[in-house]
Amino acid sequence: MAAEGKIDPMHQFTVEPLVPLNVGGVDLSFTNSSAWMLVTLAIIFGFMAMGMKRQLVPNRWQIAVEGLTGFIDNMVRVNIGPEGRKFTPYIFSLFTFILVANLLGLMPLAIIPGLHAFTTTSHFSITGVLAVMSFSIVLLIGFWRHGLHFFSLFVPHGTPKIMIPLIAAIEFISFMVRPFSLGLRLFVAMIAGHILMEVFGSFIVNGFNAGGAVGPAVSVISFLFIVGVAALELLVCAIQAYVFALLTSLYLNDAINLH
Amino acid sequence: MDFASAQVIGAGLAAIGVGAAAIGVGNVFGSFLESALRNPAAADGQQGRLFIGFAAAELLGLIAFAVAMIILYAR
Repeated sequence: MAAEGKIDPMHQFTVEPLVPLNVGGVDLSFTNSSAWMLVTLAIIFGFMAMGMKRQLVPNRWQIAVEGLTGFIDNMVRVNIGPEGRKFTPYIFSLFTFILVANLLGLMPLAIIPGLHAFTTTSHFSITGVLAVMSFSIVLLIGFWRHGLHFFSLFVPHGTPKIMIPLIAAIEFISFMVRPFSLGLRLFVAMIAGHILMEVFGSFIVNGFNAGGAVGPAVSVISFLFIVGVAALELLVCAIQAYVFALLTSLYLNDAINLH
Repeated sequence: MDFASAQVIGAGLAAIGVGAAAIGVGNVFGSFLESALRNPAAADGQQGRLFIGFAAAELLGLIAFAVAMIILYAR
């Protein structure tokens, strides 16, 4: 961040290669994005491993893990039904990965010099892959279970004959837009929050540097504002992870039970 | 008008959509709360639908934000 008031909120999203690696003209570098994904996985693995001792009288950690798994299990059971049990691991992985990656990006790790938290979920290449994964599972399950009958998804029950072409076209478009909306929602929500915090964080610094009567006042107001925004962002992290998992389970419900 | 100022004005206009989405999200939660207080027993079962409505309303605001960013950083 330049000192003389130039705000560059997009800089925090740069992907930098840590270990350059080039295989046959394809850039396979180990980037800061991959590094933070590994940290995310390590945290999830540690969290789960600590709570999987299967004690008869659970300690606090085991209760936390059981609460998380029970929450996802309940969501899948309510939205898909008993047949959805086999998708619980996938939805659980999605939820925990997105939640931990979101929260890691918010951690104030930059107070340690040289360390910058990187939000892996703030890139469409990551969230898009997650969304395409969900979408292809829906397609595979739908065609595997129902064959060509899966196309009846585009014609809701009780549609008048004359309306079928129009309704089918609209339903088809809304079906094909799903992977984009799923990935776009998560990545834009993350980007928006981080840009907001970066801009107001710069207001604090620039306000004090400007001096005079107005500058420090702006800084203090920005600081109070950013405390509220940080709390809101924590909420948004959890909500976006929840919405992603919820929508995935709803789409799976469409494919398994055909409405 | 030069390109840079048109860009900033355009981004500002595109950001109006975020405010409209805020009305939508407020509407979703407000209506939910209103009806949840009338029939608290049925409220828990509708939480999934609440978040679907929230997600749909929020998505449009986020798209407006994305459009504003694209306009602002276009070269």
